[in-house]
Amino acid sequence: MGEVMLSITQLNKSFDTAGGQVKALHEVDLEVQEGEFITVIGPSGCGKSTLLRIVAGLDTGYSGSVTLEGANIAGPGIDKGFIFQEHRLFPWLTVEKNIASDLPLNRPDIRQKVDELIELVKLNGFEKSYPRELSGGMAQRVAIARALLRNPKILLLDEPFGALDAFTRAHMQTVLLDIWRRNKTTMIFVTHDIDEAVFLGNRVVILEPRPGKIRKIVPVDLPYPRKKTTNSFQEMRLRVLNYFEKVDELELTDGAGI
Amino acid sequence: MSEGIEVIIKTAKAVREAHDYSGTAPKVASNKVKKTAPIRLKSLLSDWGTGAIIPLAVLTVWQLAGSAGLISPQFLPAPLSILSAFAALTASGELTHHLGVSIGRAGTGFVIGGIFGLLFGVLTGLFRKAEYLLDPSIQVLRLVPHLAIAPLIILWFGFGEVSKVAIILSGSFFPLYINTFMGIRGVDNKLFEVARVLGFSPLQKLRRLILPAALPSMLLGLRLSMAVAWIGLVVAELIGSQSGVGFLINEAKQNSNTEVIFVGIIIFAVVGKLIDSLFRIIERKLLHWRDSYQG
Ligand SMILES: Nc1ncnc2c1ncn2[C@@H]1O[C@H](COP(=O)(O)OP(=O)(O)OP(=O)(O)O)[C@@H](O)[C@H]1O
Ligand SMILES: [Mg+2]
Repeated sequence: MGEVMLSITQLNKSFDTAGGQVKALHEVDLEVQEGEFITVIGPSGCGKSTLLRIVAGLDTGYSGSVTLEGANIAGPGIDKGFIFQEHRLFPWLTVEKNIASDLPLNRPDIRQKVDELIELVKLNGFEKSYPRELSGGMAQRVAIARALLRNPKILLLDEPFGALDAFTRAHMQTVLLDIWRRNKTTMIFVTHDIDEAVFLGNRVVILEPRPGKIRKIVPVDLPYPRKKTTNSFQEMRLRVLNYFEKVDELELTDGAGI
Repeated sequence: MSEGIEVIIKTAKAVREAHDYSGTAPKVASNKVKKTAPIRLKSLLSDWGTGAIIPLAVLTVWQLAGSAGLISPQFLPAPLSILSAFAALTASGELTHHLGVSIGRAGTGFVIGGIFGLLFGVLTGLFRKAEYLLDPSIQVLRLVPHLAIAPLIILWFGFGEVSKVAIILSGSFFPLYINTFMGIRGVDNKLFEVARVLGFSPLQKLRRLILPAALPSMLLGLRLSMAVAWIGLVVAELIGSQSGVGFLINEAKQNSNTEVIFVGIIIFAVVGKLIDSLFRIIERKLLHWRDSYQG
């Protein structure tokens, strides 16, 4: 850690819709250090995906500045890994070919890495299956392996574990933390789950909706590996929950939920 | 890609704990549980059997009515006399000759029309400029029933092979064109975003995303083009020719040889259906990844 990896200042983003302008992000300021693990949490529709998409270079037409390692975001690329909220696999490719995508599977080094990633996300035996033959959680793990194969500098994860059961989720969290620790990949991880946000992040960014803006950034100064059962973890969780519930109340009056 | 991945891999082993909670159902030993062949054949036969009930009933009644002298053979020959006309035509080699000529014509027109349809469809599908330039004109031409220009084609090219192929290709161009265009435009934008995030080059986007995603639609276009080519063939041969199944029908009409007319019609139907089935088999082979309603 040390260098600033990602710098977001006064970011505003609106969408033009038939019903008028929707303000998705309002004056968002965030600085992410190299190698930092940021978790982002907030109710549905508060602009979490929009924020990630702007960092990835998928969404443009915003005001304010977003720089990655000092340079403006020019567009998407393999240095910015992205795991979408839905798995978005290519339906005509098998699991292993989806992971490799444009990289040739017959190259021994890629073959080996793909095999090892399949092992990592526990999909052994499903290498030759098509996406239609997978459960939602399995498909999402393929998408995770696909992003990991490219070994990006920054990994943007949009609720990647939303479709996983509790056990697989816990496993994937541990896997992700290990990758982060060893690879020093900068992570921005969007989630709906407060436990997950506190378990993973150096800092938890709490967003509030309409317009989407940062309500609070909570540093989580607990050492890794964290244990969800410890008192300090529960305290931290309550602190985040506290901020989060204030948002939630706002939400309820607005008629939308998480 | 750097050593990073090796690190990930080592992690994998470290992270994997004693128990497997992957949430992944154990895979059955024989990777793909195939239904045994006899069962499949049996169900296939019963499916076909269901489809055969109505034609068989009609044939039986028809034959009985014909033998009983209830229908004039000039008007509607009985199935068995059609069959014997068919046998005679086959034995003399006439049928094979005319059928070969017809298939050759339909094939040539279909291939030429199809290639152009595919080419223009890919062009307008991929490039907005090409769409604005070409598509309005093509749409106008499409709305002219292609058989209506047959007389014009004959006026220009005479009664030779050129006009026949031209009539066929002018029809088979459009289905493939439209379906290729729509297939490309129908590619899920979400997958385009994946391609961008994964850093696909334009060529990779075409090869690994656009073409596979548009393939179902393109294959449908191919089948429709084939059907239209077959229709165009009949028209081209009926208008004037010295060979082909259409000629056979026309000649039989002049000689009041109703059986042969029926043989010709049946040949058109059966061969058309066979070609269509062939395309469907190809389609199923290429699109086995699809997850769609099977009825
Ligand atoms: N392409 C778009 N066009 C119009 N409005 C959009 C578009 N994308 C997002 N929005 C609007 O921007 C706001 C934020 O959307 P976003 O998808 O970022 O929310 P989110 O926090 O990711 O929600 P969720 O947790 O449900 O995924 C919403 O009000 C949404 O309606
Ligand atoms: Mg979202």
